Amino acid sequence: MTVEIKLPFDQDYVRSFSENRNEPDWMKELRLQAFDLIAGLEMPKPDKTSLTRWNFDDYKHGVSGETISSLDELPEDIKVFLDKENHNQNLVIQRNQTVAYASLSDELAAKGVILTDIQTALAEHSDLLQRYYMKDAVQMDEHKLTALHTALMNGGVFVYVPKNVQVEEPLQAVFWQEDNEAATFSHVIVVAEANSSVTYVENYISQNKEEHAVANVIAEVIAHDNAQINFGSVDNFAAGTTAYVNRRGVAYRDARIEWNLGQMNDGNTVSENITHLIGDNSYSYAKTVAVGRGEQVQNYTAKIVNFGKQSEGLILQHGVMKDNASAIFNGIGKIEHGASGANAEQESRVLMLSSGARGDANPILLIDEDDVMAGHAASVGRVDPLQLYYLMSRGISKQEAERLIIHGFLAPVVTEIPIEAVRNQLTEVIERKVY
Amino acid sequence: MASSTLEIKDLHVEIEGLEILKGVNLTINGGEFHAVMGPNGTGKSTLASAIMGHPNYEVTKGEILLDGENVLEMEVDERAKAGLFLAMQYPSEISGVTTSDFLRSSINAHREEGDEISLMKFIKEMDGTMDYLEIDKNMAQRYLNEGFSGGEKKRNEILQLMMLKPEIAILDEIDSGLDIDALKVVAKGINKLRNESFGCLIITHYQRLLDYITPDKVHVMMQGRVVKSGGPELAQRLEAEGYDWIKHELGIEDETVGQKA
Repeated sequence: MTVEIKLPFDQDYVRSFSENRNEPDWMKELRLQAFDLIAGLEMPKPDKTSLTRWNFDDYKHGVSGETISSLDELPEDIKVFLDKENHNQNLVIQRNQTVAYASLSDELAAKGVILTDIQTALAEHSDLLQRYYMKDAVQMDEHKLTALHTALMNGGVFVYVPKNVQVEEPLQAVFWQEDNEAATFSHVIVVAEANSSVTYVENYISQNKEEHAVANVIAEVIAHDNAQINFGSVDNFAAGTTAYVNRRGVAYRDARIEWNLGQMNDGNTVSENITHLIGDNSYSYAKTVAVGRGEQVQNYTAKIVNFGKQSEGLILQHGVMKDNASAIFNGIGKIEHGASGANAEQESRVLMLSSGARGDANPILLIDEDDVMAGHAASVGRVDPLQLYYLMSRGISKQEAERLIIHGFLAPVVTEIPIEAVRNQLTEVIERKVY
Repeated sequence: MASSTLEIKDLHVEIEGLEILKGVNLTINGGEFHAVMGPNGTGKSTLASAIMGHPNYEVTKGEILLDGENVLEMEVDERAKAGLFLAMQYPSEISGVTTSDFLRSSINAHREEGDEISLMKFIKEMDGTMDYLEIDKNMAQRYLNEGFSGGEKKRNEILQLMMLKPEIAILDEIDSGLDIDALKVVAKGINKLRNESFGCLIITHYQRLLDYITPDKVHVMMQGRVVKSGGPELAQRLEAEGYDWIKHELGIEDETVGQKA
């Protein structure tokens, strides 16, 4: 069964949208090409979840927001994501489709580091962006949503770290969907050239509990030879937003990509996080934690494909489901022929807090090479009564004991979020969602 | 300081429908150290678990009273707050929860809201106690019992015991798997708590631990009951002669319980 997406936009809209933003021709052409593909492509088919009834067509597209001159002008619920200690030197805040605030330390700028919104990147680094935009990681014709994304992309961030540059301070992007019906077609590109390293953290925030909106988010993360990228996120779209989130990594020789994804959306979410370990001795550790509540339906796929020899791919997915929420966690480790000495390990666990909650951990190993290591662990269950007993035997109440166990269960990602303010926010969001 | 009394009266306990304890009677007064000994499979650990309220054990008959209060009607956390503590033989591993956070939550659970222990005071107490028990300080930041060696787990149980300062502690085979140096350290911690109000029930099947912690009373369990009680000399005789003489004396052939035919 196919899903019809009624397009509220036509080719002229896409053309003028691009022209109004003064985009380079290649981007306009790419959008128009993608637009033509939409009708002929199928919706993505995440394992065990049907997207038939999901809202992917009720939203507003071109919505601007006001810029701010100082971070003090931000509302409190956005401000809490920012680290006051490092004076927010390396930060982009996108408000609806407008860059509200952007800052990069002089030191990093002098080294050639780029942290900027996608529109500025198109104006100032067009060739560099074109080199990576929908090239090595995601293809626009994969399915209807990637094509839609390409045609309607309306925001995002470009991060570029030149050769041999180590970026010590984390770079941060905050995507603030202030308008309750605005669509977020956000495109993030993070490129680390050879022997460089960078930590990037992004936050998606909206408040639309009733109003419908759509998020169609793509991140392309490229680690060249011996580069290291640590990619963290806290996604916090409200219940009214249907989210498609596609974060993809490509790691070349000796490169490392670590994902720490706190997926705390309150609306229906389909998320895929795929990493291709192209180079020999490349490495990725993909960690996701998610909490579902209410009537939320979620589908998570974490997939790592080993092409390189001695490449190592580790997947960890931990989900907590309450109320009538349901979630599927697909963990896919694929080792291609020739990837001798590769390792693929995965762990998917779902904790269910109510009788109406549903969870499924779905581990898959696909191996086309003999000389490899692979393993998986999966479990779906309730809070362990013996753990509760142990904690309660020290006087801790049942509720507090459960709280400790749940926070502990989600700790693998929380503890790895590199910006303290964001880490605290993730903890608070978890607290709010679980209780 | 008034001391507490734990009374166990005619306690019968089942696990999955199988009766393990068949009428245990025992009274522990504050200030007294009791040792419960006996071969494997005679119900010693079941006794410890039933007192604390382990979810898999069902009390089918009898009473447990702490200062006259019915312990069996209390939730597990209420038992702890009433003054009971169980050093477990197999403490759970809890990923993502640091030993330090757990200890602090435990201490605060015993205090009124608004009267939580200050972080400074807590750290000072924890550091001091860890030093006393010769525990590596990095244990505080490790996840609770996760990847701990057997000895580390036991020391961690004693660390909790010393910091929570219960009225009555039950130590379930706290000596098993410990080398002699670790055993001495654990015994040192327990002896430090010894005073006229602190009561302790030490479950063990080796005399070894009792060389370092002298019990006031020794009880032998067989077939789910206390079959013999005496002073410290009873433990010494058991060490020297084993359990056969008791079996012989009481006409017991198989001392274990719950053996399915």
